[in-house]
Amino acid sequence: MLFVPGNNPGMVRDAHIYGSDSIMFDLEDSVSVNEKDAARFLVYNALMSLRYGKKELIVRINDLSSGLGVMDLEAIVRAKPNAIRLPKTETAQDIIDCEREIERIEREAGIEVGSTKMVAAIESALGVLNAYSIATASKRLVAVALGAEDYVTDLKTTRSDGTELFFARCMILNAARAAGIDAIDTVYSDVNNEEGFIAEATLIKKLGFDGKSVINPRQIPPLHEVFMPSEKDLEKAQAIVQALEEAKKRGSGVASLNGKMIDRPVALRAQHMIELAAAGSFVPVEEV
Amino acid sequence: MRIITTGVAGTMESSDIIVTVEPRAEEGVELTLSSSVMQQFGRQIEHVIRETLKELGVTAAAVTAVDKGALDCTVRARVSAAALRAAKSAEYTWGTKQ
Repeated sequence: MLFVPGNNPGMVRDAHIYGSDSIMFDLEDSVSVNEKDAARFLVYNALMSLRYGKKELIVRINDLSSGLGVMDLEAIVRAKPNAIRLPKTETAQDIIDCEREIERIEREAGIEVGSTKMVAAIESALGVLNAYSIATASKRLVAVALGAEDYVTDLKTTRSDGTELFFARCMILNAARAAGIDAIDTVYSDVNNEEGFIAEATLIKKLGFDGKSVINPRQIPPLHEVFMPSEKDLEKAQAIVQALEEAKKRGSGVASLNGKMIDRPVALRAQHMIELAAAGSFVPVEEV
Repeated sequence: MRIITTGVAGTMESSDIIVTVEPRAEEGVELTLSSSVMQQFGRQIEHVIRETLKELGVTAAAVTAVDKGALDCTVRARVSAAALRAAKSAEYTWGTKQ
């Protein structure tokens, strides 16, 4: 998920060319208080008229308590991004309140109710402790994401090797899995430290995250490299899926590969790996 | 929409346009435009600026725009933001994408 400052026309225009799976136009932290209206107009007009190919388009609005969040929704929902990212989510009620506004606007605008999805960003100790109730607060939720900068401030610590984020990551990941939605890891702010970025990406992939937010296009290729299965693993996964298909054709409920029975978790992991490889090798040739 | 003060939106960065909307005593929009792509797109930029102001109901304004290669959607966004700031208004009718 590539973060794009919502008041930068050049970045908003070019966001789709760098190979990220999704683009998140930001109206919140990257936009100064006196430019909120200008950024809202810019992202709205870009969504209304530019084509971003098959990228998932997400807009991070300001939080509802600021008064700006509802103004953002009034514009952005009508421009039909795939999802709205709600920052600083602390309770299920935050999601319910945001969903109520989205639904009202969808009805007023004649947009199919429920078509605007949501991503909840959890950025505080309270939010982490409420992760599961947040993740299950709306059918619109497609992912929960960790926002680490605010979170470590709330914990009265700083970003280091990831130790300080371990509990939050595990909570958010387990909440997402239990809710059946995606888990997205936080940004890595030191864009010049590729080694540190790769180490963090490797860690969060091992934990089970579906993806990571990035703040610079340079971080996209190494992130994809971390998430792409190795050729050997992919071949094994394809062999497992093939063995399952052959067993199905034979009418057999049990499949085996090299003398080992393929049980359900193995089959699911193989399928996931093939899907990941397909997603990672996607080349956005249709984009303009 | 009545322009009552000076409103500015945009920047001088590449791909942007900086738009200044000011009150004008007489009816009509007086536009001063300069662009890094004036020869190729000057007429189109002027058209987008005037259409956007018309949609906003601005009938009297002095507008200065310095373009640095902005797309039409950026021009619309900056003109809208500058005009609303100049009208000291937050009222805007957002259209729905078809």
